[in-house]
Amino acid sequence: MKRERSEPQTLKSLSTAAAASDVWQLRLYVAGKTAKSVAAFENLKRLCEKHLPGKYRIEVVDLLVHPQLAKGDQIVAIPTLVRKLPPPIRKVIGDLSNVERTLVGLQLRPAKGESDKTIDRREPGRARL
Amino acid sequence: MSKAATDNDRKNRSLPKAATGIQGLDEITGGGLPRGRPTLVCGGPGSGKTLLATQFLVRGVTEFGEHGVFMTFEETARDLARNVRSLGIDLEKLVGQNKLLVDYVNVEPSEIEETGEYDLEGLFIRLGHAIDSIGARRVVLDTIETLFGGLDNAAVLRSELRRLFRWLKDKEVTAIVTGERGDGMLTRHGLEEYVSDCVIVLDHRVTEQLSTRRLRIVKYRGSLHGTNEYPFLIDENGISVLPITSIALRQKASDERVSTGIPRLDAMLGGPGLYRGSSVLIAGTAGTGKTSLAAHIADAACRRGERCLYFSFEESESQLVRNMRSIGLNLASWLKRNLLRFHATRPTAYGLEVHLATFHKLVSDFQPRVVIVDPITTFTNAGTSAQAESMLMRLIDFFKSQQITAVFTSLTHGGNPEHNQARISSIIDTWLLLLDIELAGERNRGMYILKSRGMAHSNQTREFLLTDHGIELKDVYLGPEGVLTGSMRLAQEMCDKSAVLSRQQQIERRQRELDRKRQALESQIAAQRAQFEAEEDELKLLVDQERTAADVVHRDREEMSRSRKTDQPGKARGSRSRRTTLKGGRR
Repeated sequence: MKRERSEPQTLKSLSTAAAASDVWQLRLYVAGKTAKSVAAFENLKRLCEKHLPGKYRIEVVDLLVHPQLAKGDQIVAIPTLVRKLPPPIRKVIGDLSNVERTLVGLQLRPAKGESDKTIDRREPGRARL
Repeated sequence: MSKAATDNDRKNRSLPKAATGIQGLDEITGGGLPRGRPTLVCGGPGSGKTLLATQFLVRGVTEFGEHGVFMTFEETARDLARNVRSLGIDLEKLVGQNKLLVDYVNVEPSEIEETGEYDLEGLFIRLGHAIDSIGARRVVLDTIETLFGGLDNAAVLRSELRRLFRWLKDKEVTAIVTGERGDGMLTRHGLEEYVSDCVIVLDHRVTEQLSTRRLRIVKYRGSLHGTNEYPFLIDENGISVLPITSIALRQKASDERVSTGIPRLDAMLGGPGLYRGSSVLIAGTAGTGKTSLAAHIADAACRRGERCLYFSFEESESQLVRNMRSIGLNLASWLKRNLLRFHATRPTAYGLEVHLATFHKLVSDFQPRVVIVDPITTFTNAGTSAQAESMLMRLIDFFKSQQITAVFTSLTHGGNPEHNQARISSIIDTWLLLLDIELAGERNRGMYILKSRGMAHSNQTREFLLTDHGIELKDVYLGPEGVLTGSMRLAQEMCDKSAVLSRQQQIERRQRELDRKRQALESQIAAQRAQFEAEEDELKLLVDQERTAADVVHRDREEMSRSRKTDQPGKARGSRSRRTTLKGGRR
């Protein structure tokens, strides 16, 4: 049950982060339709619409159907959101109920203490520090 | 019906177990780990947890036909394979045959953000998929506590781990879960709370700069198990655990006797030599020939075609071979034929337990009938004397249980040698004492049998000679000044020899005299006989002449009577009777 969703671009984002033409590829690993999985998917969709309008692809992988896929992305926890593109790979685990932390995890927003506007995708390690 | 019921009862009563295939571990666990349940193996870093787990899986595949899943949280599959390859385990081959599956679970905290609720269903799915894809019966999780470093939500982790272990049980796989040892707890994150069926603790202790690995079964629910700390070894064949202290005094006693290689010593021991499986102590001060005697026993064993294992703690193999060549023992040929094996180490190379473990291992590898430990006295260097004593006791017990004839040499330091060995003497069967005999500016070697259980042995001291063709035992002289050895014995022997010689000469002289007398007598007899024969001949001649003369007269008379015509018969009778009388006279 691999669902693929590509949302059409509706609004031009003001965010400089998405200035590049590349599309964000996000993969959400779930295990069946649990409350947590559904919540995660809803939260992710809402967040993408707001921060990455028109520039994202969400791929949902149900491990109950494709258990062999868990190994590739080193999935342990469910649900796990994996940012496949742009590199480097980032993971956010949980139902994504905390928008702030999800944005930090996806590096759409710098970690605490730094300016909201500055987003450094190229050096994520330093940005987190 | 009732029979089936009892069978079922019995089955229920004894916990089903999965053998680990690890030497010794199956003995102390009474058959292996609880089948279909998780076992916790914990210990400090470098204590051998991963190795034990790997061996459990690999042996499961190679010996018991049970496929296995190795879920590693610390090493990549490649690293793991490389690490255990040096221990003779080829993981990649088993993986290639789809009998083993290695899954490296890596949780990189730097690339993970947590938000909201989650569970570890991903891990369950991975593990479940791995188990199902190769039909695994055995699972290793090494070290699952690493997850605590990668994920922040400890509460979730705890409840998920609890669920995991329950899940493993439901899956009916025999699992080993490893855990790092924590402060005051068996594991850092209290895994022992969840895994309650069987807990094994590994330990790597260093006392007085000597390291010893130990294994202990902390608990084993529903099963009897050894509770001691058992030393274990990690060598090129992996782990071997030694259940040493579980040995009871139940050894069988053999009636078979084996030669010592020195005929005279065999004779002193009442004929055929030592009992097989007995323990022999060769005690003596420095330079009394302990090693030479031990080497003879080794040589004799090899001559019989038996394997002999020689533990040397003072001399290297080549030195021993060279030295023994000088007394006519060609040990090199036995080495070549693999009947003899040396194991030369320093006693301080490792702790007593490891020594003991090494003994066990080498003996079970080589299967010798004779073992020589040369010398045992050095073991006090590798521990306290009390430890050394208990270790030797166990060692001797072990050899006896294996029906191995064990020869120990022991260096004594002056004084009464019996006191020096008081500690182990009681468990020794045959005790040969080598001694120095200092007399008349000479130092000679002597030997006697202090005790030898179960045989009528000699009570005599023998002089012990090292010649270029081996050991010789000679009678010593007990003179007025005491025991005579060496050149004094030779002198005494010479003295004896000359006395014998002179007696011999005297006898010969008498004999000659008698011969002369006999000759004289015989010549006399011959002369008399010659004289007698001469007389006899003469007499015979006379008789013949007489007869001829008589015949002539008779014929003349017949002639005359014929001419006169007289009666014939009367004349004939008279002549016949005369002839008879003559015959009788000659006789």
